Amino acid sequence: MNWLRYSSPQTFYPLAGKMVPWFMGAAVILGVVGLYIAFFAAPKDFQQGDAYRIIFIHVPAAWMSMFIYLVMAFWAGIGLAFNTRLSSMMAHSLAPTGALMTFIALWTGAFWGRPTWGAWWVWDARLTSELILLFLYLGYLSLVAAIDDPRRADKASAVLALVGAINVPIIYFSVKWWNTLHQGSSVSMTRAPSMASIMLTGMLVMVFAFWAYSIAVVLMRVRCQIRDRERDAAWVKQLEGS
Amino acid sequence: MQWSSAAEFFAMGGYGLYVWGAYAVTAALIAAEVAGLLRRGKTLRTRTRGGR
Repeated sequence: MNWLRYSSPQTFYPLAGKMVPWFMGAAVILGVVGLYIAFFAAPKDFQQGDAYRIIFIHVPAAWMSMFIYLVMAFWAGIGLAFNTRLSSMMAHSLAPTGALMTFIALWTGAFWGRPTWGAWWVWDARLTSELILLFLYLGYLSLVAAIDDPRRADKASAVLALVGAINVPIIYFSVKWWNTLHQGSSVSMTRAPSMASIMLTGMLVMVFAFWAYSIAVVLMRVRCQIRDRERDAAWVKQLEGS
Repeated sequence: MQWSSAAEFFAMGGYGLYVWGAYAVTAALIAAEVAGLLRRGKTLRTRTRGGR
């Protein structure tokens, strides 16, 4: 099978349309299971009581905020290097969902920090670098919106996306490099997770739910982008409201 | 089961404001994103049909 065939907007558009319901369906099912574990199967935390239940959306959103940025920078870079339209459209479509995930991570973090740290916000390295990530997303989106010629907007925003990618490892390692109020990671590749297995299971199910959700909405958005930007192409005109 | 009553569930051991404040805003933003995309898709389809 020739996967490059799907690098053209015309062939990707219907493929994306077929994938959206599957990913959205998976997101709903995983979300229901994850929330059931979060609120009914997982016990109270012995230190934080029920306040810790915010973890089930905070960690997935925070992970997605960083991961989406890297995927966005990747597609922006491909678009810049190979001048492929669909890659740039993918990058633009990822940015709003990435910004949303970043905002959710910050918001839920504030609502978790208040009862556990006694502060909605502190200027520690983890929180500050995550806030910078939000500004990078917003800056990227503003730049795309500010340049009238879409192909020039693709290139300028790609440079911003690539330069900003340096912030992602800074966020990730901030809890190691600096002395942060934010705790270190409870889950890592190199050692056993430092949380109860039912809590970990619930969190991972929610991670997959957020993952499936993000894929679904990004595909929905890239379809809108294709339809908008290729509106003068014969194949879009032939879609006739389908 | 963790809860003996619905009231206890909503109270979240005294952390109700924080837990539900976090979850409610997340749910609202996700709903808004999906609704916005559905509306945008509909607008684009209408435009195509209108010969634009």
